[in-house]
Amino acid sequence: MPEIFGIPTAALFGQLLIGLINGSFYALLSLGLAVIFGLLNIINFTHGAQYMLGAFTAYLLLNKLGIGYWPSLLIAPVVVGITGVIIERFMLKHLYKLDHLYGLLLTFGLALIIQGVFRNEYGSSGQPYPIPEQLSGGHNLGFMFLPNYRAWVIVASLVVCFATWFAIEKTKLGSYLRAATENPALVQAFGINVPRMITITYGFGVGLAAFAGVMAGPIYQVSPQMGADLIIVVFAVVVIGGMGSIMGSIVTGFGLGVIEGFTKVFYPEASNTVIFIIMAIVLMIKPAGLFGQR
Amino acid sequence: MKHHRIAFLVMVAVFVLAPLAMYPVFLMKVMCFALFACAFNLLIGYGGLLSFGHAMFLGTAGYASAHSAKLWGFAPEFAILFGTAAAALLGIATGLIAIRRQGIYFAMITLALAQMIFFFYLQAKFTGGEDGIQAVPRGRLFGLVDLSNIWAMYATVFAVFVGGFLIIYRVIHSPFGQVLQAIRENEARATSLGYDTARYKLLAYVLSATLAGLAGATKAIVFQLASLTDVHWSMSGEVVLMTLLGGLGTVFGPVVGALAVVSMENYLAQLGAWVTVVQGVIFVICVLAFRRGIIGELARLIKKPL
Amino acid sequence: MSKWKKLSAAVALALCAGGVQAQISGGVVKIGVLNDMSSLYADIGGPGSVAAAKMAVEDFLKSSKSGLKVEVVFADHQNKPDVGSQIARQWYDVDGVDAIFDVPNSGVALAINQITKDKGKAFINTGAASSDLTGKACSPNTVHWLYDTWMLAHGTGGAMVKTGGDTWFFLTADYAFGHALERDTAEVVKANGGKVLGAVRHPLNTQDFSSFLLQAQSSKAKVIGLANAGGDTVNSIKQASEFGITKGGQQLAGLLVFLTDVHGLGLEKAQGLVLTETFYWDMNDGTRAWAKRFAPLNKGQYPSMDHAGVYAAVLHYLKAVASAKTDDGTKVIAEMKRLPTDDPLFGKGRVRQDGRKIHPAYLFEVKKPSESKYAYDYYKLRATIPAEQAFRPEKEGGCDLVK
Repeated sequence: MPEIFGIPTAALFGQLLIGLINGSFYALLSLGLAVIFGLLNIINFTHGAQYMLGAFTAYLLLNKLGIGYWPSLLIAPVVVGITGVIIERFMLKHLYKLDHLYGLLLTFGLALIIQGVFRNEYGSSGQPYPIPEQLSGGHNLGFMFLPNYRAWVIVASLVVCFATWFAIEKTKLGSYLRAATENPALVQAFGINVPRMITITYGFGVGLAAFAGVMAGPIYQVSPQMGADLIIVVFAVVVIGGMGSIMGSIVTGFGLGVIEGFTKVFYPEASNTVIFIIMAIVLMIKPAGLFGQR
Repeated sequence: MKHHRIAFLVMVAVFVLAPLAMYPVFLMKVMCFALFACAFNLLIGYGGLLSFGHAMFLGTAGYASAHSAKLWGFAPEFAILFGTAAAALLGIATGLIAIRRQGIYFAMITLALAQMIFFFYLQAKFTGGEDGIQAVPRGRLFGLVDLSNIWAMYATVFAVFVGGFLIIYRVIHSPFGQVLQAIRENEARATSLGYDTARYKLLAYVLSATLAGLAGATKAIVFQLASLTDVHWSMSGEVVLMTLLGGLGTVFGPVVGALAVVSMENYLAQLGAWVTVVQGVIFVICVLAFRRGIIGELARLIKKPL
Repeated sequence: MSKWKKLSAAVALALCAGGVQAQISGGVVKIGVLNDMSSLYADIGGPGSVAAAKMAVEDFLKSSKSGLKVEVVFADHQNKPDVGSQIARQWYDVDGVDAIFDVPNSGVALAINQITKDKGKAFINTGAASSDLTGKACSPNTVHWLYDTWMLAHGTGGAMVKTGGDTWFFLTADYAFGHALERDTAEVVKANGGKVLGAVRHPLNTQDFSSFLLQAQSSKAKVIGLANAGGDTVNSIKQASEFGITKGGQQLAGLLVFLTDVHGLGLEKAQGLVLTETFYWDMNDGTRAWAKRFAPLNKGQYPSMDHAGVYAAVLHYLKAVASAKTDDGTKVIAEMKRLPTDDPLFGKGRVRQDGRKIHPAYLFEVKKPSESKYAYDYYKLRATIPAEQAFRPEKEGGCDLVK
């Protein structure tokens, strides 16, 4: 079979595709983080736990209420988004006037609580969540067998990411959001309810995380720890992309997923660390990140 | 400062007398973590830099110390020195990358660097991966004192802890420490006064890393084990918790915080995952309502810095 | 009997009982069950092992009418050697625990092995697999009861190579157990004329095996050896079916599979899997009766071989304590080696000088859904390997206790 640098092409494309799938999750999650950071200047450490909450909500909806995958894709983000709104209203709000590090510490503590409670209830092993009927099976692409569900993941993330980018960069609501990031007092003076916008934005970012969680359920097992290690990789993605940049996080998310896939083929031992190495290099050369402006 | 002297004597007395009533291994664990937290506090409390990856120093020193003691036959004092040196080197390397950014960015970078180190150790053969480096010999201190005797080991850990604590105290109350605090308050003004702030911050960072390493290297000898737990990000989170709970920027806060957190983990161990939940709750409460921490509130009560 | 004779008999009896008690530290034989209560091995051992231990204590006291006081404590080692070590130290130093049982996860087991040896206590491991426990890490204070990587490799590995699976690719859990299992199975494969085409290491408790499975697929090996256990094995098998691996002609060899894993997978996904275990609840009347007694104590779940192992090991340990009249670890372990074993679960066997307990091993194949007639009717017996052949010969282990 044809080989590139000694690696069979089939293996290469296969790992690349898997890299794209992983990249979809990186993109979705870093998008949510970028949106929240852009407006609130808070690193939402709870993001990983909220991703997990999305998956668990879908799991519970299925097992307690018989509600399947497709409705869960809408219900879970809304439900978890509401919990986000509650967090923002009752806790985060008090920290805006303080050093931003306290926001980080608060969300870190919340992540510990959420993950701990679920670990207690469900142990650390995963709960099974079935792939929806319509997406089961797959296609033999010649160089690998691609399960339909994984193809869906790529498509859905691209759509959601692009829709979010469009909403923020091209619509009026998005422009209010961006203006409020620059100068909240002035925007408030124009009569726009900035605090409410902040709350909704946080809820939306959280909802994005939960959406990623529902999508992860069928392939990654629904487990309390599923977000814990993932979130740190996502932080690195956001730092590389540029902390407040929407397009930056989308492009970097997918891009880094692919690079990780490449690394798994050529140098598997480094596959876990390659994203962090890239981060270190980017920081040396362009501290604001690839697409960042600050 | 008289009240500092009193507090110091109280602390020493507690650690000298407690092993008569409590399990000495537990107390040694407290002392190691107390030193770790004090080192961390040097950076955040006095330098204003939140490192979310401090576990990489604890763990690196632990692995270096364990490896040298077990495979190279180093005597314990050299193993500990070697571990501390390894942490210092790592501190310089990571500091040069991280210091370029401030605030949240700094925290994120240290977290990501620490995670990179974690994955490196997960793969590396010499660390034993999930199994860790086990059966690390305690050895004979200075070739004379057999450290498998629990009292000899305890005395050694006590000496290391008090020594490390005093070093940190000296640093905080030196001109260097004053400049560091000035940088924390207002970096721009410090720069305008002519101080090379980047150099001060880097020095503080490396000092903090080195002393954290001292704690880690000693811990490896005490428990005769170096494992992935010490480089995992949850360990970084724990030291933040200890310092926050004890009191950021206080001299004795981290010690109290370490005692509280280690005790809590010990007594709640039966409850498994509830420990994590309790830690999270303490974080939330501290951030929302108890930012000064235990010693911080105590200091406010007696109207003197602690 | 005259009043005086009765009195002196009573005094003699009291002195004897006092004599027995005087040798038991703290007057109580304290047994510690240390395992994974919340993560990927929780179903294999977990709270079920504690129930099995308590059952064994009750059964022993009832049948032997011994005056021994026995207590059972337990803790979760979370698959971390440092957590396990700290618990063991505290148990031995402060809480008066005399013997530790179970301990799945070879990394933790090796740590406990060392600490137990240092403190002269007793460690009876049923949960871990590393054959190093009776090999280069053997100790006069440790008995390895249930199974090990050598047995698994020669059982399942040997059987598959002999039926044509002569090229292998390993999916290995990256810690002591996985490495040992891969090493021992690779030896068997090569000794039988097969080839190992490659291996990939995955972290413990991995959720997503897609990239590893893809590598296994592209190696074109006839057999993909799963050198992992518990949740990792279940996930690898599930995701392998998602990626069409078995449809593509490659066979999966679950090198360590428990009944509880098959239960978690379901017969639809697990059918045809070949595995080696040393206990199956449906083997004979003795095992069936015990399983029916055990299930209600374990939330209705039938016993894994680890649960059976804990039960049998605790029984034999208590027999040895009563017989040697002491709970000093080194002495009791020596007594456990002296006394032959006999219980309704594993039949007749013995503990060798290197600490290895031997008993027959069974090659099972998982039934098709159509072949299963009642709950937990999962296995059909393919072969029985006699005790003396099932485990590594004593001289080959590199244990310095073997003369």
